[in-house]
Amino acid sequence: MTALLEARGLHLAFGGVRAADGIDLDVLRGEFLAIIGPNGAGKTTFINMTTGYLRPQAGSIAYEGEAITGLNPRAIVRRGIARSFQLPQLFTEHTVEQNVALALAARDGAWSPLAPLLRMRWRDEARATLDRFGLLDLAGARADALNEGARKLADIAMAVALKPRLLLMDEPTSGVAASEKMAIVETLLRVLRDADVTAVFVEHDMDVVERFADRVAVWSQGRIVALGPPAEVLADPAVQREVIGIERHA
Amino acid sequence: MRRGETLLGLLGAAALVAAALLAPWLKFILTVALAKGIAVIGILLLLRAGQVSFGHALYVAMGAYTVAFLAPAMPDAAVLLPAGAAIATLTGLLIGLFVSRYREIFFGMLNLALSMVVYSLLEKLYDLTKGTDGIRVELPRFFGMALDRPGFEWAMFATALVLALGAGAFARLYLDSPMGQALSAIKTRETRLEFMGISARRVLLAAYVISALLGGVAGAIIGMTTRHVTPLLAYWTASGELVFIAILGGAGSVLGPFLGAVTFELVRIYAGAAVADAWQMILGGVLLAVILFAPGGLWGMIAGLLRRRAGAAS
Repeated sequence: MTALLEARGLHLAFGGVRAADGIDLDVLRGEFLAIIGPNGAGKTTFINMTTGYLRPQAGSIAYEGEAITGLNPRAIVRRGIARSFQLPQLFTEHTVEQNVALALAARDGAWSPLAPLLRMRWRDEARATLDRFGLLDLAGARADALNEGARKLADIAMAVALKPRLLLMDEPTSGVAASEKMAIVETLLRVLRDADVTAVFVEHDMDVVERFADRVAVWSQGRIVALGPPAEVLADPAVQREVIGIERHA
Repeated sequence: MRRGETLLGLLGAAALVAAALLAPWLKFILTVALAKGIAVIGILLLLRAGQVSFGHALYVAMGAYTVAFLAPAMPDAAVLLPAGAAIATLTGLLIGLFVSRYREIFFGMLNLALSMVVYSLLEKLYDLTKGTDGIRVELPRFFGMALDRPGFEWAMFATALVLALGAGAFARLYLDSPMGQALSAIKTRETRLEFMGISARRVLLAAYVISALLGGVAGAIIGMTTRHVTPLLAYWTASGELVFIAILGGAGSVLGPFLGAVTFELVRIYAGAAVADAWQMILGGVLLAVILFAPGGLWGMIAGLLRRRAGAAS
C-alpha cells in the first residue's frame, strides 16, 4: 500500500512540554491506523497539526504527495482530510439532520443565501448518511438532546458527509458505555470501508484496537515508540509496561 | 409556523394600513417604526450569530446623511433611497472586514466606538454637516412625481411597508439557507465550521454587510420622512434603541423587529404625552417586564398563544 499522508520530523513544544518530538509517520491508503499512548503523549497534537489547527515548529506533512504543512483547517478539509472530535462538536441549536445537511452544503460550496438548507437534495443525502450510521430515528432531534454514543456518531457522520479520503478521529469511543462501544466502532468502520475512507483514530480501549485496527502506532512523550500490526505491538513487553500498563491503572 | 408567520405578517401590514387610514397622524410614526424595524432585522441577523452590535445606528445615520447631502442635487426618493443603502453597505463592508474578526463584547464595543467616532465627526464638521443643528431635507419627488406633503408621506409609508415586507421575507429565506444556518452555528460551534471548510468570519461579514444595508435603507426612509437629519441619529443611545427593539420584539421571528418597533414608537408617543419627563422610565419598565416575564419578547408571547390554541384545537 502507498502512503496517503506522510509526516516527517514534526516538532512542536508548548513551553517545556514536547508534544511532538520528531514524529515520522506514513498513513497508508485504505488502512485503519490506531494511535495509542498515555494522556499527554501528543496524540491529539498530531491530529491538530495534520488538520491545520496547530502549526508544527519544524517538520513537514504531505497529503497525496502535496505539502499541507501550515495550511489552515479550511484549506486542508478542501483537500480531503476531515476530523472528528474527542468532545463532539455539534451545532447544538440545530437538529441532527440540519447538522449533517450543513456539512453537505459546506462540501458542495453551496452558499446561495436564498436556497433552503433542507432542500430536497441535501435533506435526502443527510438522511441517507444518518441511516448508514443508524441515526435516522434521531434525524429530527436537537443535537443537544442525544446521548454520548449518538453524539459521537453524529459528530463522525458530519465529518463523513464532507466526503473525505482521510478521516482523523480523536477518541471516537471515549465516554461511550462499554456495552455500546463495539457496536459503534463496528458501524463506524463499516461505513468508512464502504466509503473507501482511510482512517486514523486515537483509542484507549485495547480490545477495540486489537479487533479493528490494521496497524497501531504507540505514542509516548511526543514520539512514536512502536508501530506495526496490533497483535505484534500489543504483545511487546515494553509497550505493555510503559503504555498499556499505565492506561490500565489510569 | 412559517405559514402562520407569513399570514400574521400580511395581517399586521393590513392593520398598519387601516390604522394609518383611520388616524392619518399615525402614518408618520408608523413609517419611522417600519424603518426602525427594517434596521432591527439586521440586528436580528447578528443576534443569530450571538453577536450584539451597539453601534448600528451608524448605518442608519449613513443612510439619512446620504439623503441630506444628495437631496439638493438629486431630489428624488428613487435615487436617494438606493444611494443611502449603497453608502451604508459600502461603509458596512469596510467596517465589517475589521469587526468580523472579533466576537461578543469586543464586537459590541468596537461597533459602539466606531459609531461614536462618526457621531463626533458629524457633530464637529460644522461646515459640512451643520453640526448639532442638522440638515433640513427639502420635500423630494417620488419617482419623478412632485407630491404635496400628505401625498409624499403616504408614498413614504407605502414604501416603508413594502420594504419591511421584503426585508422580512428576505431575512426568513436567508435564515433558512446554509448561510443563515451557519450564522447560528457561529454561536454554538464556530471552530467546527472551520473544520467543515466554512469561514466563520465570511459568514459573519455577509450578515454584517446585509445589516448595514438594512440600516442604510432605514436611515434613508427616516431622513426623507422626518426631513431633518442630525448627528443624534448616530449617537450610542440610538444604537441601544435598536437593540432594545430587538429584545422587545423577540429574536425568534422576522416579525419580532416590527412588533417591537411599532410598540416602542407607540409607547414612546403615548408615554411622552402622558408623562413628559418620565417616558424613558416607562419604556425601561416595559423592557424589564418583557425580559422578566417574556424572554422571547412580544413575538415569543404571540407564538406561545398560537401554540396553545393549536394544541387546544387538536
